[in-house]
Amino acid sequence: MSETLVRRPPVRGGVGASVPRPDGVPKVTGRFEFLGDMHHEDMLWGATRRAWVPHARLVRVDVTPALAMPGVHAALTQDDVPGHRYQGQAVTDQPVLAEDEVRYWGEPVAIVAADDPETARRAAEAIVVEVEELDPLTDLDVALERGAVFRHVPVRRGDPDAHGEVVVEGTYVTATQDPAALGTEAGLAVPDGSGGIDLWGPTQWTHIDLKQLAACLALDPAQLRVQPCRLGGAFGSREDLSLQTHIGMLALRLGRPVKMVYDRHESFVGHVKRHGALMHYRHEADRDGTLVRVDARILLDGGPYQLTSNAVIANSTYFAVGPYRCDHVTVDGYALRTNNPPSGAMRGFGANQPCFAAEAQMDRLAAALGMDPLELRLRNALGQGDRLPTTGQLIEHPLPTDEVIRSVAAIPLPDPADDDDPLHLPGGTGMTTPRSRVVRGVGYAVGLKNLQFSEGFDDYAEARVELTADGAVVHTAAIEVGQGMVTIIEQIARSALGMSNVRVEFDHTGRIGSAGSTSASRQTQMAGNATLEAATAVREQALAAAGGDDLDDAGVWRDGALVASLTELTANGPLTHHVRYRHRPTDQPDADGQGELHVDFCVAAHRAVVDVDPDLGLVRVVEIAIGQDVGRALNPQQVHGQIEGGIAQGMAHAVMEEVLLDRGVIRNPTLTDYLLPTCLDAPHVEAALVEVPSPWGPFGAKGMAELPTMSATPAVAAAIRAATGLPLTRVPIRPEDIAVPDPPPDDPEPHPPEAGGR
Amino acid sequence: MIVTLQVNGRSHAVEVAGWESLLWVLRERLGLRGAKDACLQGECGACSVVFDGELVCSCLVMAADAEGAEVTTVEGLGDAGGLHPVQQAFVDEGAVQCGYCTPGLAVATAHLLETHPDASLDELREALAGNLCRCTGYGAVLRAAVAAQRGGAEEAAP
Ligand code: FES
Ligand code: FES
Repeated sequence: MSETLVRRPPVRGGVGASVPRPDGVPKVTGRFEFLGDMHHEDMLWGATRRAWVPHARLVRVDVTPALAMPGVHAALTQDDVPGHRYQGQAVTDQPVLAEDEVRYWGEPVAIVAADDPETARRAAEAIVVEVEELDPLTDLDVALERGAVFRHVPVRRGDPDAHGEVVVEGTYVTATQDPAALGTEAGLAVPDGSGGIDLWGPTQWTHIDLKQLAACLALDPAQLRVQPCRLGGAFGSREDLSLQTHIGMLALRLGRPVKMVYDRHESFVGHVKRHGALMHYRHEADRDGTLVRVDARILLDGGPYQLTSNAVIANSTYFAVGPYRCDHVTVDGYALRTNNPPSGAMRGFGANQPCFAAEAQMDRLAAALGMDPLELRLRNALGQGDRLPTTGQLIEHPLPTDEVIRSVAAIPLPDPADDDDPLHLPGGTGMTTPRSRVVRGVGYAVGLKNLQFSEGFDDYAEARVELTADGAVVHTAAIEVGQGMVTIIEQIARSALGMSNVRVEFDHTGRIGSAGSTSASRQTQMAGNATLEAATAVREQALAAAGGDDLDDAGVWRDGALVASLTELTANGPLTHHVRYRHRPTDQPDADGQGELHVDFCVAAHRAVVDVDPDLGLVRVVEIAIGQDVGRALNPQQVHGQIEGGIAQGMAHAVMEEVLLDRGVIRNPTLTDYLLPTCLDAPHVEAALVEVPSPWGPFGAKGMAELPTMSATPAVAAAIRAATGLPLTRVPIRPEDIAVPDPPPDDPEPHPPEAGGR
Repeated sequence: MIVTLQVNGRSHAVEVAGWESLLWVLRERLGLRGAKDACLQGECGACSVVFDGELVCSCLVMAADAEGAEVTTVEGLGDAGGLHPVQQAFVDEGAVQCGYCTPGLAVATAHLLETHPDASLDELREALAGNLCRCTGYGAVLRAAVAAQRGGAEEAAP
């Protein structure tokens, strides 16, 4: 149906074109007002007092020294929370401020508001926090032993006695990764003078914040307007509340606007991370390469509070096998409670960790079988009509696993490097690698992930399209995190309406219903479909009102003649249509983790080319190629932007990015010590877009922005293994993992059984 | 203390406290919030400005040291007629996603192309390695830099 709505000639700025983003100019000129740039006459600055112990009994908190300081207006603790004292998306188990126990390093204990940020910072420091340190629980095996489990997700599928002829086993570790959005947490709460507040904070879903904040602040939801925010990136780290409740409390208490900004160090403890994982895998296949059985146990480090761990572990479990057919599968996924930093959402949402392990297993299996790793993957490639190996769900819609693998393999390999320019050598200019010692490696990995929310969640998005004399406006509460959803919504509305003069208005929670979370690769399809339906209805209203057969920026046309201008058409008010779009319902899992738990899926294949100096353990990622399932690219330039940015994050988790944890303490909470890729580290990217239209996405589009990160990590690891011959079962791979005497002494499993006959 | 400095061609005399950085003065005293902070340690380049002809991290410059300085911020790129060619290239090439790194990167790129109009791609990469971007993976940023460089070269050609 939607295809016929694309007018001939197509409308300017519609779907399929690389339309520039509408906020591009304000962003390049510095006029775009990010959260941290917001300002209010009369505002105070907030600051947070934190406890720098990973686990302790909170003995005493005394705010009087802070209150005695000139310029300090308030100092609040958990006792001052006006409403519900705990927050959390699904389970409210996180105290707004530490209550009787400190459960992670840097947990907030008290908050202050003062005339300027320096006074606020000193006042927070002046608060007396007396603790009695307790032993932190930081080891995943111990946490499991002690039953510190947020959620256990079991999968039992097929015959427990079915076995393959060739067996490979392995233990794999992925370290904790920080989303490290460039903009740190910042927010502003402004009292409205009648008991309510307007609140701007870092979020990916204003309505879920509204629910938690209204409860904690003891406000009627109508008194609290959670405003759309302008974020310096998110990547999952804004799905859970950070400073919102705190600025809300201060603003309500004082009746004055309060702004708070985290510095980078505070940001490292102020938002959730990608779960560190410990995974055991066993793959069994027949000699012809048919995958027969996969057994896996996946442990995720959730930190002390549940946050989104319940859903993250579901993804880890259901995507434990990857995009391969397999009829006999047993998985036990556990999200564990520890005193490490709180973990939650990050791009890929739990599907990344098992992707690293399972793809390493596929390479081991290929080696054991004496088969080409790509041939093994193609032989088992999951597609439409197959069943998801874990949940048994029928794959109803196109899933081009085979095509993404073939398309990435068809991209020509980069030339072998031969020059001595240090910029082209592992380690760069600071290191002393000679070209003669450099070994090149090539590795592949394939990733599979769900789109939208799963497991029976009532997932919807609202949009309202208004046609006025000045053009069309799409209203939504969806959050633009930088990925370019704003452009996609405009493009969809243009193509649906047949008009170019379209803009998006981001509404606060009081003006429109939820659009759901900007996560789970959702909004292109969810906000997109809501927009498509609303815009289509408005176009039909317009045509019916004027008895026309076409609509454009001038108005309604009939037989090639303008019959009503926009002004005439909207003389009695704007034409509007409001839509609450729901995707098809999904099941809750049965006791064996079986059911139609997911709406749809997306797949991508990566090929990494690396140069390694085995003596110094240095790696240069030369190029990453990707074959990516996109349904249909609504804005090819933006798709490439998501691919390049996602790949940089995925490759960096393979060789650079790790939150260094020492008994719960973060040892590298700065950008000096937590290594983000620079433009010297980021590889050249080649992308092949595989366009098999989604039957239900707007104009055939799929969400796609998580996959580029997911399988980039295992592909880089595979390439380094190919160059070094080392097992490398942990990411990030450090120089000391490569430059080691053989066998590596600190490898968790120095002699993995590579293969065994049956 | 009072510090007198020129920002984007305009003179300002501002009262500053001893702890204040140039970045703080620009953002909070002068209301020029284009320059961002993402680390305050000289690692991210989000606060990049041109200071007496040199590209600096304004978070590392003490306000007191800005006495008599000439500063160009992102707000001083381009003119009433429109965007600076580097800014236009960033928009055209999709080098802007969240945009938090963009003011710093735009200032750094413009300064580089001004001081090294013939920079090779490797030189561009090396020079821009002080500016972190978490969103783009730098591909589009480098394409924008090259496009701005080409545009500049065409303009300069007879
Ligand atoms: S804020 Fe100045 S370099 Fe990061
Ligand atoms: S565009 Fe987001 S940090 Fe560069």
